Amino acid sequence: MESVERLKEICKDVRADIVRMTNAAGSGHPGGSLSAVEAMVTLYCNVMNHRPADPAWADRDRFFLSKGHVCPVVYATMARTGYFPVEELLTLRKLGTRLQGHPSCKTLPGIEVSSGSLGQGLSVANGFALSARLDRKPYRAYCLLGDGELQEGQVWEAIMTAAHYKLDNVCAIVDYNGLQIDGEVEKVMGIAPLADKWRAFNWHVIEVDGHDVAKMLAAYDEARQTRGKPSVILMRTIKGKGVSFMENVAGWHGKPCNRDEMALALADIYGKGH
Amino acid sequence: MSLKMLPTRDGYGNGLVELGATRPEVVVLDADLAKSTRTDWFQAKYPERFFDIGIAEQDMIGTAAGLSLGGKVPFATTYAVFVAGRAWDQIRTTVCYSNLNVKIAGAHGGISAGGDGATHQSLEDVAVMRVLPNMTVILPCDAIEAKKATIAAASMHGPCYLRFAREATPVFTREDDPFEIGKAIVMKPGEDVTIIAAGPLLHEALLAHDQLAAEGVSARVINMHTVKPLDAAAVLAAAKETGAIVTVDEAQLAGGLGGAVAETLVSTVPVPVEMVGIVDTFLECGLPEELAVAYNLKAKDFVDAAKRVLKRKRGD
Repeated sequence: MESVERLKEICKDVRADIVRMTNAAGSGHPGGSLSAVEAMVTLYCNVMNHRPADPAWADRDRFFLSKGHVCPVVYATMARTGYFPVEELLTLRKLGTRLQGHPSCKTLPGIEVSSGSLGQGLSVANGFALSARLDRKPYRAYCLLGDGELQEGQVWEAIMTAAHYKLDNVCAIVDYNGLQIDGEVEKVMGIAPLADKWRAFNWHVIEVDGHDVAKMLAAYDEARQTRGKPSVILMRTIKGKGVSFMENVAGWHGKPCNRDEMALALADIYGKGH
Repeated sequence: MSLKMLPTRDGYGNGLVELGATRPEVVVLDADLAKSTRTDWFQAKYPERFFDIGIAEQDMIGTAAGLSLGGKVPFATTYAVFVAGRAWDQIRTTVCYSNLNVKIAGAHGGISAGGDGATHQSLEDVAVMRVLPNMTVILPCDAIEAKKATIAAASMHGPCYLRFAREATPVFTREDDPFEIGKAIVMKPGEDVTIIAAGPLLHEALLAHDQLAAEGVSARVINMHTVKPLDAAAVLAAAKETGAIVTVDEAQLAGGLGGAVAETLVSTVPVPVEMVGIVDTFLECGLPEELAVAYNLKAKDFVDAAKRVLKRKRGD
């Protein structure tokens, strides 16, 4: 367990890792990775019951990344919590790497299931949660989804399934940054009112500032204590958070920094005097 | 002698019930077709291990994937045309890429959903499942083999697609016949030509064997129940020893069993091959038996194909 102040420092490192690794790769998805940093760092450092040195530990909580393209934030969080050396992050997307451009469970221990085609992760989390219930195991299933991803029909199938089977061991996290590749989510294909929709589908809805570490910890705690229905954390976030010129710009969805931009980005993340 | 008639889906249902008793980790999912697919037999005995996901095939596959990650052996079941088509990306990305231990059962395969028309006739499932890395594809020929295939699928690791039929078809194998995934069975020895078939049409291939025998042609008949991984040794032996091949698909010719056989032979023992199957078209509604006649899937069509391939073999 880390203090809130320490978690904030880890978030800075993870943001810097995202910028560096996508720069080194020459491709990748920094925007949505940066918006999910607090969600991932709090989850891996203080919330999930897991053992980075023993990724296959049977009784671990499971994290399923449904929006596979933001694997840089997952890889960086895993590296910063001891799954593998931080230096390995710079192998992202390179031939022979364990850090595939979209995550593969066949190459990297700790990735539960391969993903990259959107809309599929919550179904997998539900299936795992059903299995846990059959085995009377206390472990939980966490699933990170994008807001644009909610346009996929399968997500709503899975939302129905989790509520139908009253899977209170499922916690969905929606990165509600409001942007997708073609622009604003509400202009591309509106998803509002999002909280009302999840409530109407019989989920417990927790709305939170996704960049407030203390509030994210409280949200995960509320989800864990909710009985009889699944919980979703709708976290309001800023795409590209922490890098001034990336914030709220859809164009940084799938474009890495060049060398000069990276220097500016790192200065933004750590502060000018760093 | 009249043969007992049973649909292969009954063999699936019986196989699941047996697995329910012997394998506590086996779970079954369906997409609102439990009565049609016979998963309701498992549901009646093991309700806590049965999950109806509703009319949501994509979610069913993902849920099955999650159950497999928890150590379960899930059988995700619905009509072949829906699971193989609508949920193909889920099967590809979540199940096959991750190499998860998910079993997928497609009922009402081939022309057996005849009366429902083209929307429900699954003629592309073999091709689109066969092309997926890590996937095993099995087409049982009768209810007895269907039960064995179901039980065998639960004992292998990795994704497996099983195709079953709606209509009652002849039961012509025996309980004590061996069944091993990936191992073809020579049903009839023969020296002049080989007919390679899978699924219920294998029975028509045996009738073709008898008709050819009456005309003095010695036809080998191979039960290629596992379309992938293909038993290449059996195919190569047939090519070398008989020098002519007829393949039978109750599916589109493109990418089916015939395609798999041809892919194997073209770079090794390129003997003449004649393929029987559906040729790039959607069918119409009709009784399966009527469709088999209309679309050339009867024993006499296999005999004609054998004569064509023998002519090519002789170089006429």
